[in-house]
Amino acid sequence: MTALTNDHDLHDHDDHHHHEAEAADRYMFGFWLYIISDCLLFATLFATYAVMGQNFNNEITPYELFDLGFVAVETALLLLSSFTFGMAMLGANAENMAKMKFWLIVTALLGLSFLGMEIYEFVHFSHEGATPQTSGYWTSFYSLVATHGLHVTAGLIWMFFLFIHFNRDGFTNANKIRLACLSLFWHFLDIIWICVFSFVYLRGAM
Amino acid sequence: MSSSETGPGGQAHGSVKEYVTGLILSIVLTVIPFYLVMTGTGSDAFVVITIVVAAIAQIMVQMVFFLHMNGSSEQTWLTASAIYSVFIVLFVVVGSLWIFEHLNHNMLMGH
Amino acid sequence: MVQTDLIKDPHVLTGKLHWGVIPFHDPVVAPVMFAAIFGGLLLVAFVTYKKMWGYLWNEWFTSVDHKKIGIMYCIAALVMLVRGFSDAILMRTHQALSLSDEFGEGFLPPEHYDQIFTAHGVIMIFFVATPLMVGIMNVVMPLQIGARDVAFPFLNSLSFYLFLVGVLLINLSLFVGEFAATGWLAYTPLSGIEFSPGVGVDYWIWALQISGIGTTLTAVNFVATILKMRAPGMTMWKMPVFTWTTFCANIIALVIFPILTVAIAQLTLDRYFDFNFFTNDDGGNQMMWVNLVWAWGHPEVYFLVLPAFGMISEVTATFSRKRLFGYVSLVWATIAITILSFLVWLHHFFTMGSGASVNAFFGIMTMIIGIPTGVKLYNWIFTMYKGRVELSASMWWVIAMLVTFTVGGMTGVMLSIPANDFVLHNSMFVPAHFHNVLIGGAVYGFFAGFTYWFPKATGAKLNETLGKWSVALWFFGYFFAWVPLYYTGFDGMTRRLQYIDNPEWQLPMYVALIGVAMLAAGIAAQIANIVITIYKRNEPGYKDVTGDPWDGHTLEWYTTSPPQFYNFGDVPYINDRDPLLDMKQKGTAYKRPEKYERIHMPKNSWAGPVIGLLTLPLGFGFVWHIWWMVYVSVAAIFAAWVKLNFERDKDYYVEVPEVEEIEGQFLKSNEGRHYYFEQHAKHYKKWKPSDQK
Repeated sequence: MTALTNDHDLHDHDDHHHHEAEAADRYMFGFWLYIISDCLLFATLFATYAVMGQNFNNEITPYELFDLGFVAVETALLLLSSFTFGMAMLGANAENMAKMKFWLIVTALLGLSFLGMEIYEFVHFSHEGATPQTSGYWTSFYSLVATHGLHVTAGLIWMFFLFIHFNRDGFTNANKIRLACLSLFWHFLDIIWICVFSFVYLRGAM
Repeated sequence: MSSSETGPGGQAHGSVKEYVTGLILSIVLTVIPFYLVMTGTGSDAFVVITIVVAAIAQIMVQMVFFLHMNGSSEQTWLTASAIYSVFIVLFVVVGSLWIFEHLNHNMLMGH
Repeated sequence: MVQTDLIKDPHVLTGKLHWGVIPFHDPVVAPVMFAAIFGGLLLVAFVTYKKMWGYLWNEWFTSVDHKKIGIMYCIAALVMLVRGFSDAILMRTHQALSLSDEFGEGFLPPEHYDQIFTAHGVIMIFFVATPLMVGIMNVVMPLQIGARDVAFPFLNSLSFYLFLVGVLLINLSLFVGEFAATGWLAYTPLSGIEFSPGVGVDYWIWALQISGIGTTLTAVNFVATILKMRAPGMTMWKMPVFTWTTFCANIIALVIFPILTVAIAQLTLDRYFDFNFFTNDDGGNQMMWVNLVWAWGHPEVYFLVLPAFGMISEVTATFSRKRLFGYVSLVWATIAITILSFLVWLHHFFTMGSGASVNAFFGIMTMIIGIPTGVKLYNWIFTMYKGRVELSASMWWVIAMLVTFTVGGMTGVMLSIPANDFVLHNSMFVPAHFHNVLIGGAVYGFFAGFTYWFPKATGAKLNETLGKWSVALWFFGYFFAWVPLYYTGFDGMTRRLQYIDNPEWQLPMYVALIGVAMLAAGIAAQIANIVITIYKRNEPGYKDVTGDPWDGHTLEWYTTSPPQFYNFGDVPYINDRDPLLDMKQKGTAYKRPEKYERIHMPKNSWAGPVIGLLTLPLGFGFVWHIWWMVYVSVAAIFAAWVKLNFERDKDYYVEVPEVEEIEGQFLKSNEGRHYYFEQHAKHYKKWKPSDQK
């Protein structure tokens, strides 16, 4: 994305402020539109999962594999990371670099732990004989949950680059927009996870 | 509309109190369905309804307390587009389920 | 055999590629291939000889100017129109010659014929109709709302290159390997790896996946542009109708293209990694593909046709010398269609077996969506009623559209009745219907808009006589080509027949061949028209001096033709639904503003072409299982993306003296103009009082 540049010694302050506010509004709304399209991406995966929810192909079923205690920990990690990102946002609003970085690192660690648990779970399931190739059910399960996981991965990579941005330029308008977009993205992933644990894990374990 | 006031998702509006409230409500709304399923409390229908209600409630909680959506006039397009996407999601998911329920009923005799 | 070995076990360096996949010996394809290579080399030599690479790179390829990107979209669309239409000629000729009771008659073998009808459908929808529409939207919409560019200019450039990669991949498939032989929507399980082991479906997958992501980005861009960048005073209810339809079309695209993205990704996983989404066995569900693809596909039809309705509205109002009749009803009809378009997709597979209640619901919704569409037809007719209709070439397209689209709409209502559909399903009647609405509704609308806005984009008006000839040839050519196929459809002829064993259908096939020849002449007339106009662009009668050749009502005519890179020297405050008409009537149009201000503009970006075109080796590597190429492309795209993200210098200011000089010349060219409403004050009088809220 093209970001507005930091400074133009030419223009007066009002002009500058107006452009920054307008750009922030425009970029945030554009990113919100992207989130809507992402929402439909997940909706399609959920629809597929729902339609193929009983296609076990006489193979292993989710009832035999799902461990809700494990999922509860994953859920706790992601929910907490949403909260800690909120704290980082508060730090950014106060232009408090140390506070923002601290909470961002906590968020990243929580995200990484979540991702680690998810990968462990996938490996474990595969060992038990539930691979994406096993049946229609597992095909739809893996593609849905892994798509969420890929989004989390993307969010973590983004966080890494955001660190570099903040180290280089500090609290510029462009960096604030980037952080606000990532925050929206991260909360959105938490919302998707609510649907995943409710309709995939809880429903699947019943 | 300035970035330091609100943007879509207007994260800047948050306060510690808001985030803590959101976190506590989310935890409650997560624990209830997990508890019901893990302990096997209540009938299946009751549990399913609780899962759905808790999920919707938690999504609302996160939208209000984490994303700071409040339906105010600056957020008209934000709210409108959120409602729009909810409808389209429902069309696609419920529509597909309905179509396939009838398809399976008609075409997979005995299943 | 080498080939089957490679399919099972691709080579590390070249994947499944080998010399055998290039059709040196095919009597149809080989000459085309050599001509294409020769033509391409000639073009490269010409550009090099004229030393134009720098100019092209700086002024066009890296440009983030919405007008230039729009023009590039239109050029690509017209080139692909010729490609897609050649497929149509091949099919019509083949069917006219293929009366026999066995395979192999006509001149195309089955596997080739199947690829042709697949390519025809894919090209016409994704690489002709969509880019032509997106191109016109790109040129016109920001001008109509008084914006300096779209909301995310770089993203716009990237979208274009992603689309272009789709075009390049589908054209590569003609010369390297094969294309899908599955029909344009690649129904599973036929398109699965079991029944289509070749690379044809993979070309289909990557061409559509890459260009589809481009379309999603375009949708984000246009919706944000319309909602955030309108001129001061332009409320939603003061937006021009074309902008409204662009808005609605793009909020459709925003939510449907992700569905296609997921469906194609699922098919990809099935084909590449043995997943079981749409397989026959192992708990796959092939009907889910049909369901998802149409959950995208039907709203997609409205994505294409709504902007055409917007173009028709603008042209009708301008050339009837009236304000549009029933603006509010037209906008509400558009919104209604937007929502309803998500509730009709099952009518594409009534015969799947979901039963009476499901079919009844979707049948009734399909009939209901005809109502707002009908409202629009009355809007246009009543706009013309008692107007001073000026029968220009664009107005001819409008009239051709009104007639043809009405016929197509009525056959659509016939098909919306599930009981009828069980009879007509998969017959020639269905292609006859959807060509009737897509050509009659969308394409005629686009051509009306193309003719209408051509002077705005290029600075020269198209030749009216040649334009009217192409309308006439298209109009009659269409009915000659498709009425016979409506008939054979009723008579039981199924779609996609490689040979015909019923002698009674011979005559209709000949008539249809005449029709397709007329359409070819129509397209030739259009291309000749564009070439002649560009050649004579500075002659009187062609050159657009004032920037407002049709005495228009909306803001895009309130600047030079072609517009300056910053669009408007001064964006006026909008008081009216027809802002330019309002300003002309108040006498405030084309007057120097009190002062000009500095204009903030984005700089050109190398990243659009670089990142966009890097998806070409990505897609090609995936198609041929050349994994190193995939890894290298992904790494390169990532590196380019990071570099772009850390760049600082992305925008600049145009200073006041420069703006003043350019605008001064423009205002001079409009001095002493007389407007239509002045000469016909009596006629315009009753349209003067604004009927707006």
